[in-house]
Amino acid sequence: MKSLLSTHPRIRRAIGNQEVLLLVIALVIVGAVSVRNPGFLGVDTLFNILTSALVPFIFGIGVTLVLIAGGIDVSFLTVGIFAAYLSCRLFPQADGAPGALLSIAVAVGVGVLLGLVNAVVVLGARLSTLIATLATSAIFLGALFAFIGGTVISDIPHGLVGMNSVSLVRIPLANGGTTRLSALVIIGVVLAVLVALFLRRTIAGRWVFAVGGDEEAARRVGIPIRATRVLVFAIAGGIAGLAGIVQVAQSGRADPTTFIGGELNVIAAVVLGGALITGGRGRVRGTLLGVIVIQIINSALIPLGIPAIWQQAVIGLLLILGVSLQTIANRVRPIRAILAPPASSVPIGETV
Amino acid sequence: MSTMTSDPEHGSVRPVVEAESISKTFGGVNALTDVTVRFLPGEVHCLAGENGSGKSTLIKIISGAEVPTAGSIRISGHAYPSLRPQQAIRLGVEVIYQDFSLLPNLDAAENIALPLLTLEGKRVASRKRAMKIAEEAIGRAGIRLDLSTPVGDLTVADRQLCAIARALAHNSTFLAMDEPTTALTWREVDSLFDAVGRLREQGVAIAFISHKLQEVFDVADRVTVLRNGRIVETGVPSQYTHESLSQGMTGRKSTSFPRSSAVWAGKPAALRVTGLGRSQLFEGISFTVGQGEVVGLSGLLGSGRTEVAEAIAGVHPADTGHISVLGEECDIRSVEGAVSAGIAYVPEDRLTQGLFLDQPIGDNLSVTILSKFSRAGRIRARALREASRTMSATLRIKTRSLAAPVRSLSGGNAQRVLIGKWLLREPAVLVLNGPTVGVDVGSKFDILSILNAESLRGLGILIISDDLPELVATCHRVLVMRGGRLVDELDSANLSEATILEAISA
Repeated sequence: MKSLLSTHPRIRRAIGNQEVLLLVIALVIVGAVSVRNPGFLGVDTLFNILTSALVPFIFGIGVTLVLIAGGIDVSFLTVGIFAAYLSCRLFPQADGAPGALLSIAVAVGVGVLLGLVNAVVVLGARLSTLIATLATSAIFLGALFAFIGGTVISDIPHGLVGMNSVSLVRIPLANGGTTRLSALVIIGVVLAVLVALFLRRTIAGRWVFAVGGDEEAARRVGIPIRATRVLVFAIAGGIAGLAGIVQVAQSGRADPTTFIGGELNVIAAVVLGGALITGGRGRVRGTLLGVIVIQIINSALIPLGIPAIWQQAVIGLLLILGVSLQTIANRVRPIRAILAPPASSVPIGETV
Repeated sequence: MSTMTSDPEHGSVRPVVEAESISKTFGGVNALTDVTVRFLPGEVHCLAGENGSGKSTLIKIISGAEVPTAGSIRISGHAYPSLRPQQAIRLGVEVIYQDFSLLPNLDAAENIALPLLTLEGKRVASRKRAMKIAEEAIGRAGIRLDLSTPVGDLTVADRQLCAIARALAHNSTFLAMDEPTTALTWREVDSLFDAVGRLREQGVAIAFISHKLQEVFDVADRVTVLRNGRIVETGVPSQYTHESLSQGMTGRKSTSFPRSSAVWAGKPAALRVTGLGRSQLFEGISFTVGQGEVVGLSGLLGSGRTEVAEAIAGVHPADTGHISVLGEECDIRSVEGAVSAGIAYVPEDRLTQGLFLDQPIGDNLSVTILSKFSRAGRIRARALREASRTMSATLRIKTRSLAAPVRSLSGGNAQRVLIGKWLLREPAVLVLNGPTVGVDVGSKFDILSILNAESLRGLGILIISDDLPELVATCHRVLVMRGGRLVDELDSANLSEATILEAISA
């Protein structure tokens, strides 16, 4: 096993690469379900999975950023619903395409502000990001109920409704109905591309990796670590606001209690996608795969006859599997060959 | 920079960097007291001193990584009482830190280029540009380095080269090098010194810290000796001899290493290794270490010397061959196996591999002997404490309390803790990989004395090292490795720095 791994760099790399693992898991589950239930394999299921993955994916991109920078954010869902709810309250009449853009812009703006609050708490009070965002999350939710309102808005701005109803693709089904994919997914695609470009191709994006890799070393080589962390929290807040408003558009209602308790699912997806909880590593593509695999599991368990209450357990098992495979792959590092071709030297060293 | 003011002490040459009456305290302990040093353009200024004398702290204050408790840093004439690293870099201050301060998750090219691109205010991270900067920097340093491997996966030597290249990428006016040669081979050290020579010609002011006295004499234009956070003396190297310099550093005489004891003849060898091999790394390794014998295992970095040591210690077990301890064959498959066979191993990278840095010194010492001091699962705490205290006194570990974390100790004292914890276990063989790397002259003397005393009691010692004076002074025999094989053996009659150097680099 060991020699196989060390002599085949490709195998080792594949095992070390969480994304490949996730793809394999996704294919296995889809295959297993399709055998039992041939109807599962179809455009309908694909569209359902993509639709339900959209909001967790957008949230996950923000979480990925914070994780790469070496922090952990548990306030993103509260930020998301706060921003979206406030946007709906401030501009309930927003209509048409300009109205939809206004609703989105307001939600993103509020998200950025809340993200900055997170940054101020983390940097000002020198708290760990987990404690800081746990606290701000509670404060944001309290403020939302106390000052803005806690009732469900079921009549959301028409611009958002309209945006959700625009179809990107519409396909007739065999049973006479049709299945569609909402244009909202474009938001996810554009965001993913933008954030991936930011992380890979901008200096500020590289600072995010540097700060997450070793903050003190980054500080010593002149990287503006405070500015980088503020930037990360601001962007992550804005992304959370965007995810919140997309959720409102998708569901047709703004409910302050929508997401309560869902944080770990998103964080699990991101970690499953290969982001390191200790910082310095993560990618948008991995997060996408992590979210999709979790959605596949969620939609596959029922056709497989596994009660829905097992969803969480399966996700937990996957998390353990994914992270421990990484550790194993790290352990079997390639060896750099030292041994030179045999020389005609006599054995030495035996004197005592 | 156009106004050249004249300085009464240095004629018309204005210092690039001046430390003015710098004091620094850490939690009530004075690391530096009223230190004033000037670094002139085109001058290599060596800061000499034992571990804990305050050299590294001074460098960190100059680079803005630490803020002084009192005093200020003057760069090109302007005083900065609380300098920040970003500001210092912008003013031309560049540092090769002792701990390298690299970003482990980024590759070497990016580690070298990102600080420069940041300084230049670039927005777009161009891979091509990063590679170009990195290639130029390693060219300037005259080194070879795999630029596209994450730095966390590089060897210690390559990390050091990367830190050097990063510092050289920047057109600095002041370059501080804190122990830049610790992990390097002499060939790499030569090309580093060539690069330093070129910088000196360009008028860069250079601060150089090294424990290796010979290096100080090789490169320094001026030497400042620090002891216990104060400047003891300053002068030019020609004023000093090895003895007078190390006396200045340690405040005491005698630097010659203790001679080792006689081998216990007629007893089974402490360690016998026969035909040891590991795929792709080494093969046909056979040698013995007698009881009471000190054997050196030398070779360049990458010769396989560390791999052989790690095989004996069970860290990465061998595929073929036999190991016996005190005449008894043992099958070593793991570190636990080696330890119970009577083999103790002090690794190269003691900070990450050998010690629990945040745990108390006492616990670090006693961790290997817990089972000896426990009855029915309960630890006999008092007896254990007593054993640690005795060992700490034997090794003269400088600390106020055994409850302090190991992190609070200087390099030499941390190394004593590591050696002490294995001696407490009373092994038959002690394998030490680079026992005095990064250790100051005074501690080095103490550590070698301790090893000598232990060998007198019959302990077999295998020292993996390329510190030539140390090998010559302490070893009965030196085995030499090249390309994964034992290629030479030098007995006491043929043992000299010149013969070892010739054998390892042939």
